[in-house]
Amino acid sequence: MRYETPASLEDAVRLLSEETGIARILAGGTDVLVQLNTGLVEPDLVVDIKRLPGMADITAENGGYRIGAAVSCAQMNEHEGLCAMWPGVVEAADLIGSTQIQSRATIAGNLCNASPAADSVPALVAAGATAAIVGPGGRREMDVADISIGPGKTALEKAEIVESIFLPARQARSGDAYQRFIPRTEMDIAVVSVGINLTLDDNGACSAARVAVGAAAETVLLIPGAAAILIGSTFGSPPMDDLAQAVSDACRPIDDKRGTEAFRTRVAGVLARRVASLAFERARSSQ
Amino acid sequence: MSGIDRLSKTSDFKVVGTRPIRPDGIEKVTGRARFGADAVAPGMLIGLVLRSPHPHARIVSIDTAEAEALQGVKAIVTASDFGEVSQLHHDTLRNVMARDKVLYEGHALAAVAAIDKAVAKQALKLIKVDYEVLPHVTDVEKAIEPDAPLVNENLFTDGIDPKPDKPSNIAARSQFGHGDVEEGFAKADLIIEKSFKTEAAHQGYIEPHACLASFNSDGSAELWGCTQGHYLVRDTCAELLGIDVSRLRVTASEIGGGFGGKTVVYLEPVALALSRKAGHPVKMTMSRADVFKATGPTASSSMRVKIGITKEGRITAADAELYYQTGAYAGIFSQLGAMCAFACYGLENVRSVGYEVLANRPMQAAYRAPGAPIIAFAVESIVDELARAIDMDPLDFRLKNAAKKGDRASYGPVYPEIGLVQALQAAKEHPHYSAPAAANSGRGVAAGFWFNFGGLTCISLNVNIDGTVTVSSGRPDIGGSRASMCQIAAEELGVPYDNVRAIIADTSSLGFNDTTDGSRTTFANGIAIIEAARSAIADMCARAAKIWSIPEDAVVWENGAARPSGANAGDFEPMTIADLAGSAHKTGGPIAGHHEVNAEGAGVSFSVHIADVDVDQETGRVSVSRYTVVQDAGKAIHPDYVEGQYQGGAAQGIGWAINEGYFYGEDGKLQNPGFLDYRMPVASDLPMIDAKIIEIPNKGHPYGVRGVGETAIVPPLATIGNAVRSATGVRVPEVPMAPPVVLQAIEGAKESG
Amino acid sequence: MTSVHVTTTINGDPAEFLCRPEETLLDVLRDRLGLTGTKEGCGSGDCGACSVMVDGRVVCSCLVLGAEAEGREIGTIEGMAEGDELHPLQQKFLEHAALQCGICTPGFLIAARALLEKNPDPTETEVRYWLAGNLCRCTGYDKIIRAVLDTAAEMRAS
Repeated sequence: MRYETPASLEDAVRLLSEETGIARILAGGTDVLVQLNTGLVEPDLVVDIKRLPGMADITAENGGYRIGAAVSCAQMNEHEGLCAMWPGVVEAADLIGSTQIQSRATIAGNLCNASPAADSVPALVAAGATAAIVGPGGRREMDVADISIGPGKTALEKAEIVESIFLPARQARSGDAYQRFIPRTEMDIAVVSVGINLTLDDNGACSAARVAVGAAAETVLLIPGAAAILIGSTFGSPPMDDLAQAVSDACRPIDDKRGTEAFRTRVAGVLARRVASLAFERARSSQ
Repeated sequence: MSGIDRLSKTSDFKVVGTRPIRPDGIEKVTGRARFGADAVAPGMLIGLVLRSPHPHARIVSIDTAEAEALQGVKAIVTASDFGEVSQLHHDTLRNVMARDKVLYEGHALAAVAAIDKAVAKQALKLIKVDYEVLPHVTDVEKAIEPDAPLVNENLFTDGIDPKPDKPSNIAARSQFGHGDVEEGFAKADLIIEKSFKTEAAHQGYIEPHACLASFNSDGSAELWGCTQGHYLVRDTCAELLGIDVSRLRVTASEIGGGFGGKTVVYLEPVALALSRKAGHPVKMTMSRADVFKATGPTASSSMRVKIGITKEGRITAADAELYYQTGAYAGIFSQLGAMCAFACYGLENVRSVGYEVLANRPMQAAYRAPGAPIIAFAVESIVDELARAIDMDPLDFRLKNAAKKGDRASYGPVYPEIGLVQALQAAKEHPHYSAPAAANSGRGVAAGFWFNFGGLTCISLNVNIDGTVTVSSGRPDIGGSRASMCQIAAEELGVPYDNVRAIIADTSSLGFNDTTDGSRTTFANGIAIIEAARSAIADMCARAAKIWSIPEDAVVWENGAARPSGANAGDFEPMTIADLAGSAHKTGGPIAGHHEVNAEGAGVSFSVHIADVDVDQETGRVSVSRYTVVQDAGKAIHPDYVEGQYQGGAAQGIGWAINEGYFYGEDGKLQNPGFLDYRMPVASDLPMIDAKIIEIPNKGHPYGVRGVGETAIVPPLATIGNAVRSATGVRVPEVPMAPPVVLQAIEGAKESG
Repeated sequence: MTSVHVTTTINGDPAEFLCRPEETLLDVLRDRLGLTGTKEGCGSGDCGACSVMVDGRVVCSCLVLGAEAEGREIGTIEGMAEGDELHPLQQKFLEHAALQCGICTPGFLIAARALLEKNPDPTETEVRYWLAGNLCRCTGYDKIIRAVLDTAAEMRAS
């Protein structure tokens, strides 16, 4: 195995495109090192991007925030502006692992590892986040929702690197929230999770919404039908029950050691109600 | 119960019962303490084990030629490097290294020693094994079906008369009890009978197994490693390696948790065999995945319990049938479970039958009161239902039926003075029990029992030239026992606690000691230390008497000094232990005491727990908001460490009750061999755990000590189950009570109205 | 196979070592530098026994490559005491009997110190959640949490 710390993104891309064996990009390492330690992957090349210029920065941009691919979840949690604007995304990122994991893990890595249960992804999808990607073909932008295409698989081409994640400017009277179900209070992979981002109109009714569910399919599910139920509602009882049902109906999870199909489907609906309430509260109390 | 009476002191303690800082604490908080994987030796090789990927297979052939040829590989061993052994170690040998068949995923079948880990890993890949895969079985109920795949084709159930003519996976049947249960049930006004299932748990020690073996060319060897019993390791390895016991010197490292799981050998004989073959020291450590797959979890179980009561709440009969899945080789834990099943109750008619069932899973090892928590879950759940049925307070119900002195225990002996009634009373009076339950929360109680053991013990106590004292003991300190040993020695000798140090001697430096298990360390070591101290005191008094030219019986020992017993004896200044030690060379040589004993008279102990839980009824998630342990310690030598045993045992039981369990796929492979998906409680999962010590002295110990290390894990499964019942109205007869299980039970109850 | 040459700072002192690219910082500390106070419990970042400080943050050293230590400041349990003066946390752990077997203790001490440096007045809940990545199997956490809270109070008072 070779370990490289290129000085520029172009060098990083070049190293990756020249590699004929297995290559891994290393940011926080909280997924890659686990795979290395268990022998799941034996890379020929590991490219460390943490020291690349700008990778560890959170910068205000166009009213939103651009988060470098090497920004740790801990850093995100300490950024007042980010926490105020996108509390759902930050709380999702904050749930990834322990304090020790938080010091290192990145949302870019969480996204590119492409686990269906990744904590930050449903919130990012609900937020409409995009990723800036650099590769041999140059630069491009992708919706975060399109990056993961299956467990452990992304839509990235060979030698493409996610350079940053962009969270757009917040509309007024908007709020987002994320919750996951885990059996313990910490340290578990999400059994099922829901991220909701919504905006209210002047009358306090929902005018826009995005509902995303994690760990209920091969990738995060964006459920337009569920969002449609929220639009126009003021979060009383009927829409919430319909919301829960719509979310459950859209789930197609697996049975595994973390949860049964029936359980995940049921609890997705339960979480949807709870997350929608919280997002609604945040939207109401925001500017 | 042996009827031994050693009780000599129950009050006016000066050191015993206080909370000094442990003598080995500094090393542990600075990282200097050396655990199993912390040793190195010059020229050391790294050893790794090749493990079966199949849950059941015949080993057709093992070809190590290519692996041996790899540069940097110094030795490879398989079963052919171990000779046959006595019946006692027959299963251990095969578990350590499979011969002919592999019986579970992870079963060791070869090992490599190489110059570094990378070469060893590569070598493992080059070993070619030809397997003939066989059908497997992992579930206990499937394993007893008539057409189940057989783990051992030559196994005929022991304990059944006439002996079965067909082999099966049932290794043994045992039965305990007295009276006539049919007659008892006929007298009952109400009978409740239920079935229960529990999944296996692992001890979950944070330190994986590790050792460093060094075989010398003269046939002598040294072994360093983390173990609960280095003498047992010595004797077992000596037999497996075919060498004299005296040629193997085993040093116990500090141990990062054991709870019963490190009373067995896994890597040690392999490391020794590799070292012998390679001519270099070999260090081996287990990965966490291998710890889960290939060491010794508990049984999983299927149980049926039936209890009948009068309408006033008196138990008339109790009957239990336990099937414990014991892994690839039989153990004794279904027998222990059957013995413990009804031990908390004074009964006229009681029967319990235990079946030891094999499956293609790792061989069971002890885990804190092995066998008991499992059956206690079933029994204490039914006791809870019975109390509810007659609208009786659950503690009052248990008080009405509690075992007392003079009752015949369900497993045979007659109880001497025991502390169950007092523990139940103390639980009733505890502020937790009368605290108002929070909305949407439920409260449960349960009781538990454990025998506790004594065992073979040697202690050597030496008085140093400056009057300080060193105690040499032979049981690894797994929970802070050094502090207790120093306290006991200081108490007897009348010297300050800080003047006593305790060491754990290696196997060549001290006589045989049984393992640190059975909650025996403070009990058995304590007895021997007291006797050794008294022996040293007698010696020192004799020396003083000689110096003063007075009769020996005119000298007494008080506050760390020899003094004349009264004015008539003579007007001599007391001689302190330092005085006597300083002049020892003139009065007969070094001052010491020693004691060897098979310590009997261990006192049984009872534990009563109270739990408050919140259940999220939409997701089935159970969380514990308050937990109390009330347990009889006989005499708490160091209350902090006794509390620590109560809290630790309770935490393990809570984890087992709610989330811990082995998860097997259809393919017979363990799906959760890691801390991510084997879900032990983390700090945010638990509340503070209130630990209330009560002391009903055990006559078998000079200070009344009872073992405390194990009993606290017995009640939690049922305590949580009973609390869930209280919170939801639903009985969950399955452990772990994971969210999908609880949610299904809640929804099932709603559907049936 | 080429070794990586790493220059770093450990417990305030300069350090240099060679390691294979795939070796973790945990491997390097224990096997190359003889700093065995940091423990391996799982190799997958789930137990916290390998906790060390890297540039002021507490991390699992089993999930950091040795090579990544280049130019960084590493803090291990061996550097926690100042000479023979224990850190208040170490002293309180002893006083509260917050350790039984002691294998998780170095990891807890490193993580708890990081907490108190960030938040000198944590609630019990905050302490529990901060330390959720450190497994203890012996104590049930009760005495550990008490030791940390007591230390926080003492450090605030002085």
